[in-house]
Amino acid sequence: MTATQTMPLREGAVRRRFDATQPIFYGFAAILCVLIVLPVYWLFYYSVSDKSGHFTLGNFGRLFSDPTFIDPLITTFILSVSTGLICCVVAAPMGWLVARTDLPGSRLVRHLVTASFVTPPFLGAIAWELLAAPNSGLLNKFYRVVTGAPQDEHLFNIYSFPGLAFVIACYTFPYVFVLVANALDRIPGDLEDASSILGGKTWATARRVTIPLVLPALLAGALVAFLQAMTLFGSPAILALPAGFHTMTTKIWSMFQYPPKPELAAAASLPLLVLTVILLRAEHMILGRRGYSVIGGKSGEPRLIKLGRWRWPALGLCFVVLLNPIVLPYGALLNAALSPVASQPVTFATMTLYNIHWVFFELSTTKIAVWNTIVLGFGTATIGTVLAVVIAYLVTRRVMRGYRVLAFLATAPVAIPGIVLGVGLFLTYTQPPFVLYGTLWILLIAFVTLSLPSAYQQLQSAVRVVHPELEDASRILGATRLRALWQVTAPLLRTSVIATWCFIFVGTIRELSAAIMLFTSETKVISVLIFDLNESGDLAAISVLGIMMLIITFAVVIAINRIPGFGSLRLRNS
Amino acid sequence: MTKFTRRDVLKSSAAAAFTTFASPIRAAAPEATAVTPALIEAAKKEGKVVYYTSIDLPLAEKIAKSFEAKYPGVAVRVERSGAERVFQRIGQEYTSKIYAVDVVNSSDAAHFVVWKRDGLLAPYVSEDVAKFYPAEHKDADGQFASFRIWVSIIAYNSSQVKAEDAPKSFADLLDPKWAGKLVKAHPGYSGTIMTATYQMSRDLGWEYFEKLAKQRVMQVQSSADPPKKLALGERAVMVDGNEYNIFQLKESGQPVEPVYAKEGSPLIIGPNGVFKNAPNPNAARLFQSYCFSPECQQLIIDVGGLRSAHPQVKEKVGRMPFKDIKTMKDDAAAVEKLGDDIKARYTQLFKV
Repeated sequence: MTATQTMPLREGAVRRRFDATQPIFYGFAAILCVLIVLPVYWLFYYSVSDKSGHFTLGNFGRLFSDPTFIDPLITTFILSVSTGLICCVVAAPMGWLVARTDLPGSRLVRHLVTASFVTPPFLGAIAWELLAAPNSGLLNKFYRVVTGAPQDEHLFNIYSFPGLAFVIACYTFPYVFVLVANALDRIPGDLEDASSILGGKTWATARRVTIPLVLPALLAGALVAFLQAMTLFGSPAILALPAGFHTMTTKIWSMFQYPPKPELAAAASLPLLVLTVILLRAEHMILGRRGYSVIGGKSGEPRLIKLGRWRWPALGLCFVVLLNPIVLPYGALLNAALSPVASQPVTFATMTLYNIHWVFFELSTTKIAVWNTIVLGFGTATIGTVLAVVIAYLVTRRVMRGYRVLAFLATAPVAIPGIVLGVGLFLTYTQPPFVLYGTLWILLIAFVTLSLPSAYQQLQSAVRVVHPELEDASRILGATRLRALWQVTAPLLRTSVIATWCFIFVGTIRELSAAIMLFTSETKVISVLIFDLNESGDLAAISVLGIMMLIITFAVVIAINRIPGFGSLRLRNS
Repeated sequence: MTKFTRRDVLKSSAAAAFTTFASPIRAAAPEATAVTPALIEAAKKEGKVVYYTSIDLPLAEKIAKSFEAKYPGVAVRVERSGAERVFQRIGQEYTSKIYAVDVVNSSDAAHFVVWKRDGLLAPYVSEDVAKFYPAEHKDADGQFASFRIWVSIIAYNSSQVKAEDAPKSFADLLDPKWAGKLVKAHPGYSGTIMTATYQMSRDLGWEYFEKLAKQRVMQVQSSADPPKKLALGERAVMVDGNEYNIFQLKESGQPVEPVYAKEGSPLIIGPNGVFKNAPNPNAARLFQSYCFSPECQQLIIDVGGLRSAHPQVKEKVGRMPFKDIKTMKDDAAAVEKLGDDIKARYTQLFKV
């Protein structure tokens, strides 16, 4: 190779091969704009329009003077705070036990937390109906048998505000757990050693060193839990409506029921959107400060605290916690799937395969819903991964001026709750020029948008660790940027890309809150079908479909776990 | 046979030309159309029919399976939701020019008033409807007919409530002893409950619901769900819900008992109609025709627990004969007018 080929671009020699980076860059920027800006624009537009399309602030006026809107707003706030608190109280000690002590079976505990993480929350809510409905719930029946309490006494009532907060916490605490455990994993042991050497007792060390170091992670976790509780649709729709109250998400959804009031729904979505943005900024600020504490050269592995005779009780405590999101609900679903009456414990004598047969051979929607779900899962995972990897690359390598815009657009959807995006997309794609309602495309757009932020974040950290000198070498040898990318960078990113693909897939097949706004009879997905069945009280069919969903999910999750270098990943709840 | 033009009938219903059966719109009731081998052949070519309905799902699938058994090669896809949701779905789909529905069945007869007014329905009268159905159970222009009839009733779980303690009337349900023990469905979801709420508010007054709302009622959506909640043992008494689900559950050995309220039980009529823009017009007509055959009507009675307007079918022994039930009077036109108001008032009282 002669030096001329590496001379500045103006010489023209390098230009002989077309570098497609630029059009790709602008193309992707345009795609992101369409994905995100369009629905948010229509959301704003509708929220400040009256029925004839004139500007008005009347929608907000109507909402904020209407007690049937204010009540859900307050309820949602209290619900989110309580969920955040429950999650912290449960997840922080568990995270500490798993990360910093010699807890036996800590790997198993981590796996079970991951299992709670990927369990669709609406499925958990239905399972908890089976367990803790005041009269027919299995736990309450058990309680009455054991104590001889009369028929109308119950231990738990899942159709209540505390019941709802509990169920949401069951599937939200993993967010806090992961953040806290990761933070604890990263705290260098030296800092604690220093404290001990200076005479600090265990408790003093914990109070003055360890806790301050994980506090940001804990706060961030609380915020994430708050956000999850605020934007969740399935669980409140399943548990709050029978109890006679609304949350924000179910209220927005009810505004789309006949007669639909899209302008009110749009206006009601905006507070949710604004609040999410504010909270995410707060999370960013809190987590952004985290770095200060652990900077400094290489440090030793954190020292594990010996629990001594508390080892087994501690493990027992973890399992008691994990009974709630995993063991009990899964058991209840399995029981309902095999039992002739969902509320009766199945025995070998009463066990039946009728429900399974019914779901797969008589229910005529099953086939189309499963097919749509699989198609959307594959489509979303593939498109989402491609988008994320290209954007992550363009941003990390700062290929083009304006790369920050791309990064912003790719992370922006994290601030859009599923149901709000659903409203926005519905408004966008039911009118010309883009009429996509009624096709799988509108769902694909929703799912890609929702999965983009986490996919982008994962892949960005993966791209960052591949040093540019490897690509530079390839380019010096005459390859275009794209060729270098294909031959050098892509193989290095392969495992992260596969892991991201799988996680988008898992997140997509359980999405409910956007899908519920966007489906039509021909574009139904399993999550919507389950929701439908819940409204007509067909619990056995739900259990069969739910178990099928869990099997698919766990097959994929186990596959990811076999990929080396798999890290903690973020899923969105639906 | 001429092809259907796919046009936005919502906007241009008057202009929509309908030529398939060469019968002018809104003339005298169209002639009865027999099921000919040509129709069956054409239906088989289409291969499927999409049935939007609010019938309890297992029963809807049974009707579908019995049709498929009689006409192999024509698959029925049941799209089941609450009648109010079905109505909204069709409206939303038609506004976006999505014509997915072939045949519709709604438990809110008022919906047919709207669909007919908007010119969405195709006139089609099967032989059974023409010959046997009484005039009050078929549309004068042949666009729909009463596929099923039932009542919304009170019922109780007989292992939790003794027969002598069971409520006898709607008024009884206001007794404080039932607080926290009642379950009822929602008029925003269910057409049955929409119709029932109209009839009860007319006959008993909204004060009744005001008092009922203080009874800590468990609020479910579908009128098929309260019977299921009784069978599970989740609540002792249902305020409203399908009589036919109670029959099904009782006859399969579940501890549920119907109660026909002293004040009268709300009468529900669930018509069937074919859509003009049906994507499978021939299969739609074949299915519509089958639905009114004695065979299918007997099935919905025997297996489903429903009532029929077809004089050739027999009621099942052991069930309350329909003529002995004191029913409230149905009035689809009034429900059509008051529907939105009923939903709004209901939401105000019951908070959801």
